[in-house]
Amino acid sequence: MKDYTYKITDASTRSISFDEEKCIGCNRCVEACQIDVMLPSTEGKCPILVWPGECWYCGACVMECPVEGAITFRHPLMNQARFIAKDDLKKEAE
Amino acid sequence: MNMKWPYNNEAGKLQEDYCDVLVVGGGLSGCFAAIAAAQKGKKVTLLEKGGISRCGSSGTGFDHWEMACTNPGSKVDPLEMTLALEEEQDYYSNAIGHYIEARDGWSCLEDLEKWGGKIRDTEDEFKGAAFRDEKTKLLYAYDYNARYTLRVFGTTFRPALIKQLNKLGVRICERTEATTLLTTEKNGVKTGSGVIGFDTRTGKITVYHAKSIVLCMSRPARIWLFNGDIPGLSEFRPFQSIGTGHAMGWKAGMEFTMMEKSIRGEFSAYGRSFPPYGTGNNHNTWYAATMIDSRGVEIPYVDRDGNILKSVEERYLPAKGQKFFLKGGVIDEPKYEWRGPETLPFDKLMEMGYKLPFYADLTSMPEMERKAIWGLMVGEEAKTRIPVYDNYNSRGFDPKKHILQSYGTGWQSAAFLEQERQLFGAPGGIIHDWNLETNIRNVFAAGDSLYASDCAGFACTSGRWAGKHAAVSADKDFEEVDIELINNEKKRLLKPLENKDGYDWRELGLAISKAMQNYCGGIKCDDTLKQGLKLIRSFKEEQLPLLKAENPHELVRVHEVSDILDVSEMILCASLDRKCDSKPLSFKRSDSDETVADKENAYLVISKQNNEVHSYYRKHRFYGDIEKEYEAHEVKE
Repeated sequence: MKDYTYKITDASTRSISFDEEKCIGCNRCVEACQIDVMLPSTEGKCPILVWPGECWYCGACVMECPVEGAITFRHPLMNQARFIAKDDLKKEAE
Repeated sequence: MNMKWPYNNEAGKLQEDYCDVLVVGGGLSGCFAAIAAAQKGKKVTLLEKGGISRCGSSGTGFDHWEMACTNPGSKVDPLEMTLALEEEQDYYSNAIGHYIEARDGWSCLEDLEKWGGKIRDTEDEFKGAAFRDEKTKLLYAYDYNARYTLRVFGTTFRPALIKQLNKLGVRICERTEATTLLTTEKNGVKTGSGVIGFDTRTGKITVYHAKSIVLCMSRPARIWLFNGDIPGLSEFRPFQSIGTGHAMGWKAGMEFTMMEKSIRGEFSAYGRSFPPYGTGNNHNTWYAATMIDSRGVEIPYVDRDGNILKSVEERYLPAKGQKFFLKGGVIDEPKYEWRGPETLPFDKLMEMGYKLPFYADLTSMPEMERKAIWGLMVGEEAKTRIPVYDNYNSRGFDPKKHILQSYGTGWQSAAFLEQERQLFGAPGGIIHDWNLETNIRNVFAAGDSLYASDCAGFACTSGRWAGKHAAVSADKDFEEVDIELINNEKKRLLKPLENKDGYDWRELGLAISKAMQNYCGGIKCDDTLKQGLKLIRSFKEEQLPLLKAENPHELVRVHEVSDILDVSEMILCASLDRKCDSKPLSFKRSDSDETVADKENAYLVISKQNNEVHSYYRKHRFYGDIEKEYEAHEVKE
């Protein structure tokens, strides 16, 4: 049987990014992700987001991360719903 | 550049595993099934494709529990609720599952509380709210008078369930993709004997021998809706929930019903919609948010007779003379008898001069109601906890100050085409008896894999019920399994790893969704369905063997495509065999044969036996007297 290999499968969006300063390389996010979109870090570095397109945006990785701010979650630009202050709506109408 | 795989390579290995009860799928129904069987003293193995800590549709939480009709505050009787749902769904309703849900929901919640889940407002955060019972500290949703649906702290449930699984010694096999249901046949009776699965990180194949099996897998997805670039956002449920249980059952001769039912897409984020419950709306998690138009003018809520409701409080109360109203996951536009308060229909609003876009406006709501939506519901629901609640908060959203925009015309904030369909809104699935046993002996099913299922309460209660019955049925010897079949499966499963010049699974995924949109779209007819079936079968025979995988992760994706092909075949066959339009099944033909309308007002049951598809019609209400049958089949403690 051949050796397994992998390549990072780029997608037009990336749901999460790691703060290299904050990430302690514990790989708890890798274990929490039910899709396995990441592969574990070696030598205490951040995990590798190998299949960004397969993420279903549940946020389990953020939920299980022991360091606040080590993972930043971001919706694709096209899916960022708009909210405004109600007072601004009144101003717009005027 | 190709990089080295960080996990072991065990592609050639074959392992054997033995247990009394094998539960396949680690979501809510799977956890409840495994716990119930283990409590009966059985040796239980639980297979989960993902990681156990946050897997399944509700891995990161859920916000409300429907139909808990035996909770201390409920004013609706379980039978009354089941009959209402039956009529509401034109008898294409899973009354067995719903009655178990209505009757057992509260005791499942009590179990969850015992195991460490939070089901009450123990910190008195909502003291004095209209939806809170001061004595029990339970929080209700939707109909504050009937009180059969509870707001719960669903993010606490998953850790509680895992603790209980471990305490009872359930063997949890994470990262295991089940692929094949093994059966044996004696004297014309088919019995489940095990399941084949492979490790999604190492590729090791295991034969799980079991005395009884509970299938707790998802409903199918990615049939009409697929995006090759961001496949994770193709559908509402987890990316990898694609109906492997259905595919395994179909290949093993299991009976299904209502598989011809599909609806125009409602939820998916791949461009046609936004993050679920992440836009201005007033349904489900967001009921009964105040809605305003672009001028800031409030959109009226009306009762079922069209009377405008003057206060926010009235949105949570039944109409005069109405005992209760139906609201929740699967209820869209209920019949008059159970119709609750609702904002005026979109067309009417346009006629009246309301201006787009609309917004959800929590700023003007009473504080407790605002906190119940933005905080409790959005804060506890799986699809919103991190993606909406935390994410929008970090972007500066303040529910006392900001309004959230709606898109398009409906509450889904989505604009799908007629041919972009989903198995949603109580879709088809495995047909079963009162033990939740399938037509294959000793194979049970629960949760989303059952026909006309929906939501968390249904998953937990059906899981527990099926787990108990599987435990009772496990008092027998192991069945023998066919070694030749296992060897053939091993070859089939590993083949994509050897296809050097093969192509990517996503290309076939795209081809399937396009074929299903073209040949099995909003309006069907014999000729297109036959063409579609021919094409799907040619994909299975000629294209599927060409797919490649460089590692076990990609191998999972390839076998998921194989499962999607099986489910597509099932849908096409069911659609071919239903000849007449059916409104409750959202089934429409250009060549509808009205002469068979009466005969076909029934469940179309379909299966594949020895490579031939068989179907027959089964009458509505085949499950007999609901209360009597429940009691006759209840497994006593």
